Amino acid sequence: MKETENFNIKSGIAAAPGLTIARAYIFSKEKEVVNDSFIVDPDEAIRDLEEALEKSRKELEKVLAVTIDILGKNRGEIFEAQIMILDDPFLIGNIKKRIAEEKRNPEFTVDTEFSKYQKIMARSEQPYMKERILDIEDIKNRIIKNIRKKKWVSRLSNDIIVISEFLTPADTVLFLKNNVQGYVTNSGGLTSHAAILARSLNIPAVVGLHNATTIIKNDDLIILDGSHGQVIINPDQNTLEKYNKKITRLQAYGEDLKKLRDEPAITLDGRHVKLMANLDLNEEFHFITENGAEGIGLVRTEQIFQGDDTFPSEEVQTAAYRKLAEMTYPNRVIIRAFDVGGDKMLPVDLKEPNPFLGWRGIRFLLDNPGLLKTQTRAVLRAAVFSNISFMIPMVSSFREIIAFKSIVNECENELRNEGKEFYEGIKLGIMIEVPSAAVMAKEFAAEVNFVSIGTNDLIQYLLAVDRGNDIISDQYQEFHPSVVRSLAHIIKEAKSNEQSFVSICGEMAADPLAVPLLVGLGLDSLSVSASAIPNIKKIIRSLKYSETIELASKCLECKREKEIRDEMRRFFMEKFPDIYEELFST
Amino acid sequence: MVTKEVAIINDAGLHTRPAATIVRLAAGFKSNFMIYKDGLSINGKSIIGVMTLAAAKGSSLTLEFDGIDENEAMTTIIGYFERGFDEL
Repeated sequence: MKETENFNIKSGIAAAPGLTIARAYIFSKEKEVVNDSFIVDPDEAIRDLEEALEKSRKELEKVLAVTIDILGKNRGEIFEAQIMILDDPFLIGNIKKRIAEEKRNPEFTVDTEFSKYQKIMARSEQPYMKERILDIEDIKNRIIKNIRKKKWVSRLSNDIIVISEFLTPADTVLFLKNNVQGYVTNSGGLTSHAAILARSLNIPAVVGLHNATTIIKNDDLIILDGSHGQVIINPDQNTLEKYNKKITRLQAYGEDLKKLRDEPAITLDGRHVKLMANLDLNEEFHFITENGAEGIGLVRTEQIFQGDDTFPSEEVQTAAYRKLAEMTYPNRVIIRAFDVGGDKMLPVDLKEPNPFLGWRGIRFLLDNPGLLKTQTRAVLRAAVFSNISFMIPMVSSFREIIAFKSIVNECENELRNEGKEFYEGIKLGIMIEVPSAAVMAKEFAAEVNFVSIGTNDLIQYLLAVDRGNDIISDQYQEFHPSVVRSLAHIIKEAKSNEQSFVSICGEMAADPLAVPLLVGLGLDSLSVSASAIPNIKKIIRSLKYSETIELASKCLECKREKEIRDEMRRFFMEKFPDIYEELFST
Repeated sequence: MVTKEVAIINDAGLHTRPAATIVRLAAGFKSNFMIYKDGLSINGKSIIGVMTLAAAKGSSLTLEFDGIDENEAMTTIIGYFERGFDEL
């Protein structure tokens, strides 16, 4: 791209999709510099401290109210704890006592007193302590700024893109009142607070753009492409026009897609492919209906309760699943049992040499039957609406399926004896994401009602490529011929059992280019993030199933990934020149 | 003065919510309340103090109560630990 030479294009991690153009606001999270100095009037200093504590309380109560309002009660807990810290009799008592005795300025005393606790926390190996140190830092800086009578967030205009080193949940929520257009941070990954909140608030974000706060200045004009993880700083007139046009086109295209919302995804020759949504956060729910999903194909339960930092009780889970079932009815909700381990949180402090090949998914659950039983009971009780299905992750052997079914059976008996209401005919499923399960798809699928192919893990296990490893990440090939052939094998084998329903969840299903191939391989359903659904629906509704079968058989002959990609691209450009232009040209 | 050793039995350990609840419960009693773990001594009425305790499932703490209502305080707070912070 020759024309890009003149401006500054920076790439980070695409954390929340969307395209926006706005002015930058550099939100400085620099630590308040605190000097040690002596004061004359300790009484006045203590009064300043008390005022600052009161002001901090008011600010935090506001943040708490906004958070509960937008994101629900559980996510407010961290701010409740921060408010309690302002009242901590021991901590605040010590600070006041030291100010009176040592006659040092209150900022210094607050800083040293809080830092004591942060130092103790830093000694812990518990991963959540890192986050907790930042929470303490946040409240400490808030008090210090308020002692200095500074405003926490300086006056700023509306419609800004916030550029920051990192963002705490409080920051992310606070900028909403300035109608924030986007977030860019130096640090953070896809699972950082800011990224998760931005996605659930539908605000574009790019994170992990290492030096964003040094290369971007206040009031710089920024094009933020949250879908591709790109930030363009002070674009020239041509680029700006191009992107403005793109935004207009995307809006028009989006409006166009909205008309299909209540239509099913049926090919021109009558094949219905269910388009379902993946759910990571309860707050995303409205996007699922807005985007016209036919149910929820994957509820990542370890994610929806993540804000609780604990495994939720049976009652809490029952209520949560029941609400989902009610809102989705009559469409289906597929609840996946807690998938912990690998890169996901484990409740115990455990370091495995090779976590992706370790204690995760169903292996972990069967070793913690109490946890699995609690969840199973909750799912059964929530399933009174009969539209709930339940599936287990990381299945690699037949024994695990049998053990799971016997636990379900046991829970049903218990509930029956306790006289609790539950659904008797729940549909059970397994994720196929381990090569051994792919090979055994026929026998495994015969034991359950449906299978869901998890491509993210299947690809990395099949190719023995860790996608997070930079050195070999180019070898993580989603359309490696072995991947496509495995999909074909799983679908054919699973479907040799009449009742089987085969769906796919994983990032490759959200790739518009891949949709014709996936349809042609014979999948009954695709489960993707809600925002990808309208586009995929339009594609499916413009296809003939018979054409996609031909495409699939061509791809099954290929020896290289490139050949498969070429086939897919050729097919797509022939059928959808307009969509191709829209989505893939820059 | 009364002391007792308690174990953490819920899966998530002593995270923010139980820390806050322990402090709220302790505030209802006149007695002093200390928590000892791994050489640390923490005032149990201090939220920031309790938040520094990294206590995972299976770890144990020593609780010490001292004051006119020390027995009632101990019963209440030990009960909360034994119920796995109401998360079992």
